[in-house]
Amino acid sequence: MIDAREAIIRAHREEWARVVAALARRFGDLDIAEEAAAEAFAIGVERWPADGVPPNPGAWLTTTANRKAIDRIRRENKRVEKQKEAQVLSDDEPPEPLGAIDDDRLRLIFTCCHPALAMEARVALTLRMIGGLTMPEIARAFLVQESTMGRRITRAKAKIQAARIPYRMPSADDLQARVSGVLAVLYLIFNEGYLATGLDTDPVRGDLTAEAIRLTRLIRTLMPEDGEVAGLLALMLLTEARRTARISASGELVTLDEQDRGAWDSALVTEGHRLVRERLDTGMAPGRYQILAAINAVHTSARDIRDTEWSQVVALYNQLVSLDPSPIIALNRAIAVAELDGPEVALAIVNRLEVDLAGYHAYHATRADLLRRLGRSLESRTAYDKAIELAGNSAEAAYLSRRRDQLG
Amino acid sequence: MQYLISVIHDKLDLAPSDEMAAIDVFNDRLQTEGHWVFAGGLGFPDTATVIDNRGEDAVFTDGPFVESKEYLAGFWIIEAPDLDVALMLATEGSKACNRKVEVRPFLVE
Repeated sequence: MIDAREAIIRAHREEWARVVAALARRFGDLDIAEEAAAEAFAIGVERWPADGVPPNPGAWLTTTANRKAIDRIRRENKRVEKQKEAQVLSDDEPPEPLGAIDDDRLRLIFTCCHPALAMEARVALTLRMIGGLTMPEIARAFLVQESTMGRRITRAKAKIQAARIPYRMPSADDLQARVSGVLAVLYLIFNEGYLATGLDTDPVRGDLTAEAIRLTRLIRTLMPEDGEVAGLLALMLLTEARRTARISASGELVTLDEQDRGAWDSALVTEGHRLVRERLDTGMAPGRYQILAAINAVHTSARDIRDTEWSQVVALYNQLVSLDPSPIIALNRAIAVAELDGPEVALAIVNRLEVDLAGYHAYHATRADLLRRLGRSLESRTAYDKAIELAGNSAEAAYLSRRRDQLG
Repeated sequence: MQYLISVIHDKLDLAPSDEMAAIDVFNDRLQTEGHWVFAGGLGFPDTATVIDNRGEDAVFTDGPFVESKEYLAGFWIIEAPDLDVALMLATEGSKACNRKVEVRPFLVE
């Protein structure tokens, strides 16, 4: 006998997006889809303990939600219009076969991450519609008032409806750009968890990193051939593997060179490495997530920081710079260059980035560390002060303060 | 579904002839592909007159209703099945007229 409570939690995790997506397709209205799905799960919570868990929970939830949606449409006395509308939406030409599984969830993801929506709205919609997080959960995750988050989602849904943001696979011409858009949303969610902002917030938010990984896994299932999807998943796994080793018991950031490598999650490392190898074996030119994943694979392959193959790391960064010449990539490349060619060479590179990165804490933290290694304590102290002032993460600020106070 | 593509500009100059030619090519395409509803370029904002007849007497005021650096220089009204198509056309329209554009859906129902 399966525990009903456990069954509903599991169904929520596995079926929420499918139920919302099926309803969105049928009724052409995200609001109705979301509300009816939530009602169906609430009915499940009430009934399953007494009636038993249905043999196919997903089908039961979809049927129940469908019924609820129709009830609502009848209630609103808009039945004819809505059904006509639903007809129009489902009569869209069938999506071209793109090597991807034709799954309603994929359409829903592309709708939620549509470029005509503001980034924060994309993030919120994705967590609500695909992730199944509740409004209070999303508000808490992004440290905004529930009412603010509610308005954000309502406004986004209204725009989707009024401007007719379509609910279908992007055209083949657009697909690559639209997939990048989806991945950017997922990476943002992950990073907000991994380097949480707010000095009174937990420095690492495992709930957000886990959710980002879960959603990226889902997209990987739906688009198994896409190299960047695989790359992003590998990047997240190899980063997540180090999560617990990255913060000390006293809540201080532990940098890569000081981490207890035995505390890394070896299952995640193995899975990440497998994905990176799989992409390498295709022989196809990697995109930025695949290169970032490969860099992380080099780091996680070394048993000791001294065993790190820095020449490989720098080579990968060179490849990345040619794809994305952003100053932040150049800064990270310089950190690897310091290990290969020494801190003096690296400092010269970093100093050239001042115009672009003067307001970025990591620029000052990197300079501080390089100056410290060069024995230029006074300048290093000034750079640490600046980095601490700009750091938005509590564990990072604690780490930087300790390093500053250790200067001779 | 119809969309308004507003052409936004911040200088008081007219499109040079090469831009006009590009706009013509784009307009032809809109017509051939069945997206064309209407389009036009507008006179400069200082040629506008504001009328307020909500009260007892109509009040005429010289000048645009809102003073801003950026102004509406022209527009297209297009027919498109959804926002993706409208955005694709607006992207090409922006290139053709060499101006920033805004896409807004007309209200339905």
